[in-house]
Amino acid sequence: MCYSRRHSPWLFHMNSGSCNGCDIELVASLTPLYDAEQLGVCLQGSPRHADILCITGPVTRNSVEAIKTVYGQVCGPKAVVALGSCPASTNVFIDSRVLEGPLNKHIPVDVFVPGCPPRPDAILQGVAKAVEILAERRTNKAANGEELA
Amino acid sequence: MNLTSALARLLIFPGLLFAVPIAWFFLWTERKAVAVMQERVGPPFMQPFFDFIKLMGKRVPERSGIGGRLMKALPLIALASSAGAVGLLPVLPASGGFTGDLILLIALLEVPSMCLIAAGFSSRSIFGEIGSSREAILSVAYNVVFLLAIVSIAAAQHSFRLETLAQLPASPMRWLGVLAIFVCLPAKLHLNPFSVANAEQEIYAGPLTEYAGHELALWNLAHGLEWVAATGLVATLVTPRVGIWWLSIVLFAVIAFAVVLLLSVVATWTARLNIDSAVRFYWRCALVFIVLALSSTLFLRLHS
Repeated sequence: MCYSRRHSPWLFHMNSGSCNGCDIELVASLTPLYDAEQLGVCLQGSPRHADILCITGPVTRNSVEAIKTVYGQVCGPKAVVALGSCPASTNVFIDSRVLEGPLNKHIPVDVFVPGCPPRPDAILQGVAKAVEILAERRTNKAANGEELA
Repeated sequence: MNLTSALARLLIFPGLLFAVPIAWFFLWTERKAVAVMQERVGPPFMQPFFDFIKLMGKRVPERSGIGGRLMKALPLIALASSAGAVGLLPVLPASGGFTGDLILLIALLEVPSMCLIAAGFSSRSIFGEIGSSREAILSVAYNVVFLLAIVSIAAAQHSFRLETLAQLPASPMRWLGVLAIFVCLPAKLHLNPFSVANAEQEIYAGPLTEYAGHELALWNLAHGLEWVAATGLVATLVTPRVGIWWLSIVLFAVIAFAVVLLLSVVATWTARLNIDSAVRFYWRCALVFIVLALSSTLFLRLHS
């Protein structure tokens, strides 16, 4: 099961008020040049199908509820990857009155991929790390008899 | 066909036990063909298997009421009917069958589509409902052509029995019918240019938007078995019969694989049509073609 999960990460992409730079780079990492599909990565249209939630943007006030709803819709086990500097620190938008960031105030984040925007290679590396975390978390929690994430 | 042989065909050969790996292989072939055409490496060979196992281990949201029960039952019904359709294929020469099994095969091939429509509506998701209504509109359009193509083939060869059709030499009229069936297959298998029902990203995931975990895995498997049944039907109609049984099976498999490749190439070459254009294509171009083919078949039959 863990082996299958390592080789089949399905992504759902969500924008929480990003300038679109990171979104373009995420799409670029799925194009033929970088070919994420050879790692089993597949971009899904519905959060119900996804394993990894990729969030871009500095988390605007309007997007907070949407982020929580979509995070709840992703079925466990799941992981969250924050793409770019915005979800990590709100970047140049810090102190803006329309922001509720950073992202880890609202949902648990597993991997931060810094950069403004991050390169597609870095995004793929972040996804690969999230896959490892996903598999290990599941194994550890199952071993401890805890509820699975 | 007695009960034991029917069960063996449904569960072992060419049914579930053999068809499931072939379904995964066809799903991989489709993705790999797209990747090769885009000059990519593409997914590893075991990718559909990994996806299936991973989905089986995921949680499914709690659903109550009749809608929730329907959502649980529909992928099972779709899977069972696709497996039944595969079980009817005359892969082995002189494998039995019965008069009218072609009609049963067509009916079983239609059940997953109806389940998909019901699944989208029972999920109560707006995207699922849009996807289901698109699937319903499209299935009314392509099924007229599909059924007329089957009738034209059966009329040309005087039989609704798959085994008889497989053994008789193909007439020119049968080739016209096979061409019409091939035109309907992209719509039946939700491929470009007729992928309006699932329409990835455009309407999220269409009727399956709310599905997760093992239910989604069963849908994917049912879809893979639909691939096997649909391509197997075309292979049954076009495979030349040779005396040696193993050569017949190899020819059958090669032709089914070629149909998968051809469909994948067409899907990669084309972009998604909108629903109006797709329906217009089937009602205007394809329907005129198949009505002409059917009337010539009947005309030739009356004069023979």
